[in-house]
Amino acid sequence: MKRALDPFLPVLGVIGLIALWYLAVWNQIVDPVLLPSPTDTFHAMYKGMAGGRLGHDFVMTVERTVVSTLIAAAIAIPLGIFLGASERLYRSLEFVIDFFRSTPASAMFPLFLVLFGVGNETKISVAAFGAALVILFNVAYGVMNARKTRLLAAKVMGASRLRVLTDVMLLESLPQTFVGLRNGVSLALVIVVVAEMFIGSTDGLGQRVFEAQQLFNMPDMYAAIFAAGALGYGLNLLFQLIERTFVHWSGK
Amino acid sequence: MPDGALLMPTGGVPIGAPLAASTAAPHVTVRGLTKRFGKTSIYERFDLDIPRGKLVSVFGPNGCGKSTLINIIAGLIPPDAGEILFDGKPLRAIKFGYVFQNYREALFPWLRSVNNIEYPLKLMKIPKVERRARVEKLVAHLGVKIDLNRYPYEMSGGQQQLISIMRALVVEPEILFLDEPFSALDYEMTLFMREQLQRLFIETGTTTVLVSHDLEEAVYLADRILLLSRGPAQIADYARFEAPRPRTDATLSDSAFVAMKAHCLEVFQREVRKG
Repeated sequence: MKRALDPFLPVLGVIGLIALWYLAVWNQIVDPVLLPSPTDTFHAMYKGMAGGRLGHDFVMTVERTVVSTLIAAAIAIPLGIFLGASERLYRSLEFVIDFFRSTPASAMFPLFLVLFGVGNETKISVAAFGAALVILFNVAYGVMNARKTRLLAAKVMGASRLRVLTDVMLLESLPQTFVGLRNGVSLALVIVVVAEMFIGSTDGLGQRVFEAQQLFNMPDMYAAIFAAGALGYGLNLLFQLIERTFVHWSGK
Repeated sequence: MPDGALLMPTGGVPIGAPLAASTAAPHVTVRGLTKRFGKTSIYERFDLDIPRGKLVSVFGPNGCGKSTLINIIAGLIPPDAGEILFDGKPLRAIKFGYVFQNYREALFPWLRSVNNIEYPLKLMKIPKVERRARVEKLVAHLGVKIDLNRYPYEMSGGQQQLISIMRALVVEPEILFLDEPFSALDYEMTLFMREQLQRLFIETGTTTVLVSHDLEEAVYLADRILLLSRGPAQIADYARFEAPRPRTDATLSDSAFVAMKAHCLEVFQREVRKG
């Protein structure tokens, strides 16, 4: 009998959180100016998303995140394959890649501001820079960790070096490439939102959160935070879905 | 020693009255093979003949280089010195099949089983229609009853190894190499696969080299049992086992089989003690 409730378990946490939130608002545990009620927040979210400014900002952030991830993937995937195919080349660049991968991308804002000015290009290029290093690292490792037996099997059947690369190495690296893409898109979103807050922005979710906070419009601020959360969660889910469709053998 | 077993001098070239099977020229000749890994010498001026249309089992102590031998013959590892010829031709001029121990890592999980089997034909630029026809012919020939539209990871270990074997056979190889093909399978599946391999060998008569770590299996399947010594490996014995095929469970209790197995075990133990 108990097991029948299992599919609803994930919902329990959500209900619990909202219940706690209502309790805190009704009993005025937190200053009502700082914590609006869930009703006000969701109302603000609905109003904003249905034709309001929040919807526009949401679309802008999606656009920047997607464009920067695409740019990152277009550069990092071929480069990762190239570096991964020659392990000695990768080893000689490993420190440089790891160093910049470990450098907080937000520390690069001022540099990119000087390079690209205060427009859209800066936000997209910093995010692409951060995501590209994560994707590059994963793709290169995916290629380098291709099962030796599988490469030998192709070779023993008479595959040329190019065929081994296209028929085996590329497909072998796909599961790891998707790990890189998922981490890359998450990082790109983080960077885009931060960039939207601070670099002379006029739109985007980061700007929405920041502006609502400046105007002390708490329902709007919470609504924008939730929208950003939903976006991050959605992007992750989307990539998992694509992965399950295209890399059906992953983990088997 | 059973009548069928004839001791060969190290060097592999048979001496004395050749039996009917060895009147034909050997299929594969290995001459002066030398291979070292670092300072360890695995093969030092090693000679071997592999007879045509026979199944040769390779057996020996751990680390003596059983797998290394077929890997070198099949071109997976380059030798340091020596010459390996197939009817006088180099490896690149012939068609051969190779079956790995680790079928899970040897098959391509992104391809359906039928596409896995077709892959070597694709490398040979054979058109799709003909590829399908050749796979179907092979399936009919072997009497395989597996859904080949499934992916390898949806199959049992034995089925996956059968797919690997079919992938090796689809090119109609002149010679088939198997590197401990059944050692990752459970006992029941091993027995079943032994029978499959024997049937396949009876039907195609392809020269086959089987590396095995199971003496019963090595003798049961073989026409010749190549017993290797510890490194640098020499031929400790190259025994003949000529029990009629198809061999069955009855073969296992047959006196010739028991005697051959005892003989091989004795040679093996002698070599292990030397180490």
